[in-house]
Amino acid sequence: MVLLGERKRKDLSLYFLQLTRLLVVYPWTQRFFDNFGNLSSASAIMGNPKVKDHGKKVLTSLGEAIKNMDDLKGTFAHLSELHCDRLHVDPENFKLLGNELVIVLAKYFGKEFTPQVQAAWQKMVAGVAIALAHKYH
Amino acid sequence: KVLSAAHKNNINNIKAAWKATGGHAGERGAEALERMFLSFPTTKTYFPHFDMSHGSAQIKTHGKKVADALSNAVNHLDDMPTALSALSDLHAHKLRVDPVNFKLLSHCLLVTLASHHSAEFTPVVHTSLDKFFAAVSTVLTSKYR
Repeated sequence: MVLLGERKRKDLSLYFLQLTRLLVVYPWTQRFFDNFGNLSSASAIMGNPKVKDHGKKVLTSLGEAIKNMDDLKGTFAHLSELHCDRLHVDPENFKLLGNELVIVLAKYFGKEFTPQVQAAWQKMVAGVAIALAHKYH
Repeated sequence: KVLSAAHKNNINNIKAAWKATGGHAGERGAEALERMFLSFPTTKTYFPHFDMSHGSAQIKTHGKKVADALSNAVNHLDDMPTALSALSDLHAHKLRVDPVNFKLLSHCLLVTLASHHSAEFTPVVHTSLDKFFAAVSTVLTSKYR
């Protein structure tokens, strides 16, 4: 996890791709982004500046998660309320996004993304998904 | 039967992606299993008799079995229920793997392919493969009840 954390600072631009891929691979997730402009094709999505910006936002948030792995529920309490009360996002989507991130990491790290490293990341994204769903009511 | 352009694209993407594994499909299958057992330990409950150490002969053999079945599916994309009928019976009546686990293996297959074939693993190919694994999973659980 530490190794990837260092790499994260170096190749930050790559990881927001997890959000863009989500919108391509699971088109129904586009329902939350009606005001993002052109999402009509894979290339439109991959090149959409609003999607990129939002991906960076999500990514920064995940960076906080890595720094606060001992208290994910506390770290994401406010965001959890936001996603429930204002954004109305089904928590199933957090799992989809987490798995997309894992796949993007595999693509960009190749063989370095060993089964052991994957297992650590799966635990983390599962923890983040649970934390983000924690305040739902 | 006339294929829509989108359907044809999916078929081409899947065949090309599978071809990219070269002669290594069996190894990819084994790696996907290893990833799944490590990331999702509950999946090991279906293999209590397995040696789970890295490089285990049982995982290698089983990985090849899985890969061969997927290769067969790739060659029968328009006729998967028939092509996979025997495997479907096996999973329904003998193995009875809970359906949730097919998603876990599918995910690890995607991770494996992404890590070994990153250049080919474009978002569009990723989508086609995701659909393919979901379709295979549906066929394999189709006779459960």
